[in-house]
Amino acid sequence: MNTQGLIFSFFNPDVIGKYYPFILSGMWVTVQVGAAVVATGLALGFLLAYARACGLRPANFLIVAFADVLRSLPPLVGIILLFFAFPYIGISMSAFTATWLALSLVLAAFAEEIFWAGLQATPKGLMEAGRSTGMGWGQTMWYVVWPHALKLTIPPLTNRVIAIVKNTALGAVVGLAEVVNNAQSATSSAGSATPLTLCALGSLAIFLPVVLAGRYIEKRFR
Amino acid sequence: MQDILLNFFNLDIYRQVWPLLMRGLGMTVLLSLLVIPLGLAFGLALAVLYTNVRSRLLKALLAVYIDVFRAVPPLVLLIVIYFGFPFLDLDIPKVMAVVLCFTLNNSCYYGEVFRAGLESLPKGQAEAARSTGLSFMQSLRYVQIPQAARNVLPDLISNSLEVIKLTTIASAVALPELLQVARNAQSVLYNPSPIVFAALLYLALLIPLVRLISRLERRRLSARH
Repeated sequence: MNTQGLIFSFFNPDVIGKYYPFILSGMWVTVQVGAAVVATGLALGFLLAYARACGLRPANFLIVAFADVLRSLPPLVGIILLFFAFPYIGISMSAFTATWLALSLVLAAFAEEIFWAGLQATPKGLMEAGRSTGMGWGQTMWYVVWPHALKLTIPPLTNRVIAIVKNTALGAVVGLAEVVNNAQSATSSAGSATPLTLCALGSLAIFLPVVLAGRYIEKRFR
Repeated sequence: MQDILLNFFNLDIYRQVWPLLMRGLGMTVLLSLLVIPLGLAFGLALAVLYTNVRSRLLKALLAVYIDVFRAVPPLVLLIVIYFGFPFLDLDIPKVMAVVLCFTLNNSCYYGEVFRAGLESLPKGQAEAARSTGLSFMQSLRYVQIPQAARNVLPDLISNSLEVIKLTTIASAVALPELLQVARNAQSVLYNPSPIVFAALLYLALLIPLVRLISRLERRRLSARH
């Protein structure tokens, strides 16, 4: 194939002009789902690790089971279960909700394990020293133990967040109008591969800064 | 409750789709056995190249390559490969598209893991190996790589777990792996039990791996103190 044909298929200016707003709106949806997943996933993971630190046996069993299941289940299976299977038992949700909920739960499971490992890695003396100054368990946890544990958790947590945020693309499978989905429908209606190029560039524009930021954070906190 | 049993855990349907899901599972296993070794091999090559190359330019190019393929979501890569190739007048079989996508993506992840492993070794290891008369390749093979791999074993296994979970995206190009056959069965039977069954199979297969990784990581964490 000649260069001109290649440019016509993959970098067609007319197709770019016609479809770039569609791809941009897909990118905006990707960013929204991604941000929502990070916020709820980390918050839930933190709460679960905190709850686990309280040391109630039955609660801990449930938390560990939740973490094991959600770390084993492929995220796409989670999204498809929520979107295609749950309506049969009367629970319907939008593609956005299904993608957000499935990925949030997965991130929460990984985050809980990472926060918990961080807590375990802090020396026991921290809690004892805090308690001996007269602070309560909750106070010691919040002001003394967590700040130490958090520092340890930042590099693995950053990696995990990046890996899971990239899974927002999986929403395309249930018809979420994010960047992959929009590019695919644009490709078939335009009969051109140019929207695919835009999709790849658009994803890079979103995730390359995230990957680079992750590298920086990992180096700083190691 | 009745609804859940009928639609999620319908044993008649489980029995009916069992042979089909087993075939899908076979494809999942086959895909994993194809893409994990390829990812490991290319990743190791990338890491050895990166840690031994002197030229700044080449190092920078490698770093860009690695970061780009770590930034592109695998599904995006797969869609671009599978739907873009026909525009080059090339027909690419589904399996090839999936294998190419996974190799490009995974080699970067495995590469980063191996790089961390190689960089964790003291420089004297390579120097001592070379001074005993081992060639560069021998020193890599018998001295550096075995130690590096052992140091990052939990990360290698954890990465492989992610790869197995990621084979589900092959369903986006209708490759008949476990998730895809389950979805097909669901649409034919009007009942989501096959998907739930597939999810249970994934769990049965992968929970032991998750537990193993947790145990290895805990050991590494406690070894640090």
